Amino acid sequence: MLINPTEEQEFFRATTERFLVEHAPPDALRRLRDDADGFDRDYWRRGAELGWTSLLVDEAHGGGSISGAGLVDLSLVAYEFGHHAAPGPLTATNVVASALSDRGSDGEQAEVLAGLLSGEAIAAWCAPELGARPDTWRTAVEIERAGDALVLRGTVRPVEHAGQAEHLLVTAREGAGLTQVLVPAGASGIAVETLETVDLTRRFGAVTFDGVRVGADAVVGVPGEASSDVGRQLRRAVTMLNAEAVGAMQAAFDMTVEWSFDRYSFGRPLASYQALKHRFADMMSWLQAGHAISDSACAAAQDDEPNADELGSAAKAFIGRYGGELIQDCVQLHGGIGVTFDHDLHLYLRRLTVNRSVAGTPREHLRRIAGIVEAREGEAA
Amino acid sequence: MSALRAEEETETEEIEDLESFRRRARAFITANLAPKTIDEMRQDYSVGDEEAELAEIAHERDLQRMIYDAGLAGICFPRAYGGQGLTPAHQMVLNEEIVGRDFPWRIQVPTFVPCAAIILEFGTEEQKQRYLPPILRGEELWMQFLSEPSGGSDVAAALTTAVRDGDQWVLNGSKIWTTGAWWSDWGLCLARTNWDVPKHRGLTVFMLPIHQPNVEVHRIEMLNGSREFCQEFLTDVVVPDSDRIGEVDDGWTVGTRWMFHERMLFNSPYASHPVGVTHGSMDATSVFKVAREAGLLEDTATQEMVGEARMLELISDAVGKRINESISAGKLSDQAAAIVRLFKGSSQERIRTLGFEVAGSAGAAWSGEGPTTRAAINYLIRQGGSIGGGTLEMARNVVAERVLGMPRERRLDKDVPFRDVPRSRSSSG
Repeated sequence: MLINPTEEQEFFRATTERFLVEHAPPDALRRLRDDADGFDRDYWRRGAELGWTSLLVDEAHGGGSISGAGLVDLSLVAYEFGHHAAPGPLTATNVVASALSDRGSDGEQAEVLAGLLSGEAIAAWCAPELGARPDTWRTAVEIERAGDALVLRGTVRPVEHAGQAEHLLVTAREGAGLTQVLVPAGASGIAVETLETVDLTRRFGAVTFDGVRVGADAVVGVPGEASSDVGRQLRRAVTMLNAEAVGAMQAAFDMTVEWSFDRYSFGRPLASYQALKHRFADMMSWLQAGHAISDSACAAAQDDEPNADELGSAAKAFIGRYGGELIQDCVQLHGGIGVTFDHDLHLYLRRLTVNRSVAGTPREHLRRIAGIVEAREGEAA
Repeated sequence: MSALRAEEETETEEIEDLESFRRRARAFITANLAPKTIDEMRQDYSVGDEEAELAEIAHERDLQRMIYDAGLAGICFPRAYGGQGLTPAHQMVLNEEIVGRDFPWRIQVPTFVPCAAIILEFGTEEQKQRYLPPILRGEELWMQFLSEPSGGSDVAAALTTAVRDGDQWVLNGSKIWTTGAWWSDWGLCLARTNWDVPKHRGLTVFMLPIHQPNVEVHRIEMLNGSREFCQEFLTDVVVPDSDRIGEVDDGWTVGTRWMFHERMLFNSPYASHPVGVTHGSMDATSVFKVAREAGLLEDTATQEMVGEARMLELISDAVGKRINESISAGKLSDQAAAIVRLFKGSSQERIRTLGFEVAGSAGAAWSGEGPTTRAAINYLIRQGGSIGGGTLEMARNVVAERVLGMPRERRLDKDVPFRDVPRSRSSSG
């Protein structure tokens, strides 16, 4: 969360915060547990009106940022999403919208982008997984050419909101390279298996492409050369997931600090025990570290700085690991009430737990950092 | 805050813009400061013979003088005291420009931070005129006479005593953990001036020359072979009242800021630190080199450990910057510097463990000098960084009590005259 937001950024953040307080209170989140989609379309459209979908999109395509740094602005929304464990396909829709803004064609893809911007439609990001080296990716989807058509085969999992999205951005292997295509979710040959997850309002699916045929106009960017586009999309997704996770950490931490002052045992508040105070101090240091690296990585990703991948992976690994420890310790300090569904604490634990494991796990990101260090040392030698 | 004062003073003058400052700094640095690797900069001269260490210190003093003559010393110190009257942003530019160059960074701490910062903040006009310019010229190096053998973390429980004798003071006692006191010139000394009031209200800060017959300096050998730390014995050391800094018995006001500067030193605008150079002797690059030497780079568990070391290093930098900015913006109190202390200390412990872990069996016994040697020795002295400069336990207390506002620990030294406070058996007052 920015230390010194501009007045416009602060107004923007506060508007989203007010909206979420009103439309996504904890009771509403609990009710959404049994909702097939996990979020309400009208809620999402109204969020789009607040600017949730337009920040990474060029002005020429109907988007625009608050401060000139769209990803930084978006991180404020993502932070509030985490702080309220809010529903809605924030990460995937923004990643796909930015990809279409950067690389999309003028015709049909521009229309899809307009739909994402208005909140009428949502998109799923069928992302590849991190490869063995910093700039390599693993995907089980393959493209074969059949005349002018492209034929997709393979399965991607887990894909957030695959079952709700109107559009899928798919990364597939084509020969030695990667190609990205935008596919209508209803295309023939696509099957979505619904997956289970711990977040109350997010839905995941496994998407199987069984000979899905699309035209050459479905390609986003240059065929066979999507690797750097994927890198950019991952940086953006990681930025949003990190900001969201830090929002969840902050909410859980604040709730637990308050509890430690209010809860008495043996005639003393919990906050008066040194054994517990020291744990709060550690948690405070992890929380501040989470804020710090999330914002540094966001600033680097905003301008695609050379160190953006390294910072992004450091943030993703740290926040996943220590954020999990922080919220689990918040549960421990709450005692029995902390492991009940009626308490709000688990809403943040759920959000963080899922964020930890998508777009690269902490371990995968640590290996990626090691690869970056090795490449740098190799160059220096 | 003195940084703000420095800005106010120069408000009416034209402040050099950052780009022309950068050009000026770069021109001087490329022409005058030799390239130097991080490993070379980290070399611990206190392990070797005294001649080599003295030569290195003399070299750093010369470099500091050149930097002073070039108008690049004391970026955030006012011009009236030999500084440049510029801003923390200028200091940051200098920190970027000195990367990979020979720079007198050994004498930055504690001379500039915390000592010079404290003189700037609490000194009288005469004291600032007298002491700051020689510091900025590299002529006078300072040490902190702060900790005592009787108690490390409980700094305010100082037993070193100053007794007034007309317009001078007579000091007796012992100080410890001073870095390189034997080649330094001045000590900033916290002493007890009143035993009949509670401990925080009977302290006063003095400035005294180290090289005098009444100050005896002993060197201490550490587990890694370093002999940088010293212990001093003060016997009837006479200090004129004009070398007292701050009010009599109000030394804790000075002491609080003193420790703030100490905790912030790697992010302080009063000293220069090459960007990206971590001050722990184990960094992620070393961990990587140890793993490479062990032939384990293809092992995924090792890769994760190398990645973890680098992660902690990057985050240590980020958290230092963030807390500094939060304090400047008034979002967190000065006490939040303890968060940085806690995070960096814990991270350095972990990085040292990782360096040792990835060494494999070579961590038990090795031949020659190399990354693995450092890994084993650094593991041996792993806790050093979590003790020196205030223990992590103290930092945790500060974060919980002063930042989060949790109830303070019950204490037996409050509201009673210091002479009645229970003390360790070994420390005679």
